[in-house]
Amino acid sequence: MPYTPDKPKLAETSDELRARIPGWGVDLDPKDRPSVPRERFDPNLGGAHWEFPERQPETFPRERSIEHRFLTPVFGTACPPKGLSGVIRRYSYRRYSEGRAAHWLLLLAADRVDTVESTLRSFLTRHPDNPVTETGVVSEVTHHGLASRLRSRRVDKAHQPLDPIIVAAPWVLAGGAAYLAVRKVARSRRR
Amino acid sequence: MRAMVYRGPYRVRVQEKDRPVIEHPNDAIVRVTRAAICGSDLHLYHGMMPDTRVGQTFGHEFVGVVDEVGPSVRNLKPGDRVMVPFNVYCGSCFFCARGLYSNCHNVNPNATAVGGIYGYSHTCGGYDGGQAEYVRVPFADVGPSLIPEWMDEEDAVLLTDALATGYFGAQLGDIVEGDVVAVFGAGPVGLYAAKSAWLMGAGRVIVIDHLDYRLEKAASFAHAETFNFAEYDDIVVQMKKTTDHLGADVVIDAVGAEADGNFLQHVTATKLKLQGGSPIALNWAIDSVRKGGTVSVMGAYGPMFSAVKFGDAMNKGLTLRMNQCPVKRQWPRLFEHIRNGYLKPSDIVTHRIPLEHIAEAYHIFSAKLDGCIKPLIVPTAA
Repeated sequence: MPYTPDKPKLAETSDELRARIPGWGVDLDPKDRPSVPRERFDPNLGGAHWEFPERQPETFPRERSIEHRFLTPVFGTACPPKGLSGVIRRYSYRRYSEGRAAHWLLLLAADRVDTVESTLRSFLTRHPDNPVTETGVVSEVTHHGLASRLRSRRVDKAHQPLDPIIVAAPWVLAGGAAYLAVRKVARSRRR
Repeated sequence: MRAMVYRGPYRVRVQEKDRPVIEHPNDAIVRVTRAAICGSDLHLYHGMMPDTRVGQTFGHEFVGVVDEVGPSVRNLKPGDRVMVPFNVYCGSCFFCARGLYSNCHNVNPNATAVGGIYGYSHTCGGYDGGQAEYVRVPFADVGPSLIPEWMDEEDAVLLTDALATGYFGAQLGDIVEGDVVAVFGAGPVGLYAAKSAWLMGAGRVIVIDHLDYRLEKAASFAHAETFNFAEYDDIVVQMKKTTDHLGADVVIDAVGAEADGNFLQHVTATKLKLQGGSPIALNWAIDSVRKGGTVSVMGAYGPMFSAVKFGDAMNKGLTLRMNQCPVKRQWPRLFEHIRNGYLKPSDIVTHRIPLEHIAEAYHIFSAKLDGCIKPLIVPTAA
């Protein structure tokens, strides 16, 4: 009890815990814990045979945080910036440091633009986006969607109905816009 | 090659993609034989992490066979079975020289605040991940290790992040003999953190979640006392009651950005993206720990601000400790624990899903269907 000096007594002693739980206390001594102390200076520990790594060739203008002095010697090349989302990303990296909310908000906005651009682009390929197969929603049927939710008092049931709206809303809005556009063109031709 | 590809929030698919190539002399190309979906992959899947680009392949938990090595690679050769830490790191920068591999400064041009992580947005370096048939592994002489002959491949893949992170989280708690340790979150990292707390001499281990099937696993796998916060009006009061009103000595946040338990916090963070993450579990941790205690944060949060109760943390004199796990530092000791039978990481695996069904795998894990705790991904060519 915090109102008196002694710590509340535990239900089991250390000997009882050692007997019941495999491995209890084997890392009791901090010396046996690999991240104690957290920082341990040893430049040879990591296995590197360089002081500064060779530089990876920069095959496209690689965006970087303005908090870096230069482009890091190694970097990922998964998805170079492209389209309007790429313009937003490059601006965000060029203009704002990681300390600015604008940097992250612009990148999040670019992510949403990227989704729209990529989905539209996919319709020009042999593999157009398919929200049914890509959401894996069929697993609701094959992996006990209803039973998984009814079985216990899980709290995520309160917000899970928002997920289909988040996924479907852009498709519904785009479909509506396409319908209106087609109707307008058809009407103007009839005139 | 076949690879998982992100198509936008809540949408992923498998498609043909170019096989990765050597881009740096110390690169290796690894043929993936087992991968996993991590709880933190769901932050990407839900569109929460800034600079998550359509077309990226996720996956920072994977093992495989070396297929090709760059000209400066000395420690690996084609055919070697390797496990790869989720950290991409150089081994020689200021931070790596001090063992802070997860904070490497030479691998992520996109941000200085975080190191490199495979398949984890461009904010973490823009590397493709291992939910694919092949993956590029930079600094092959530094990160990967040979999988010991005696080790099961599924145990090895869990060592690349989840187990190492849970074990690291318990270490950051600075547990002393007889400590009461509370763990928020009964996902893979929470289960491993709870189990690790016993290894460090905890006197009592409590796990809190809202999913009964995961709490059952916490009781059986991690020998923990469990509380379903959905059954209590106020879980913080319950934590006080169960600790004789003192609070836990150490609390571990193993939930992170998508914490449930407060509708407003959850929706503003995960649906509206107005916070870097939903800090419900972190705030409960701050409230549930005793004054002068330690909160260890293993849950992943986005880089934006979150509504964290720093005032209470300050008034209570708490020590807040956190970091992405420097995985490889944990391995020698964890290998011993697995070999001695103290840990069996693959006991928490619930699903093994072919790469071709990646969209279903993400939905099952995200929506917590079918008792899912840890899904492994089996590539087509494995």
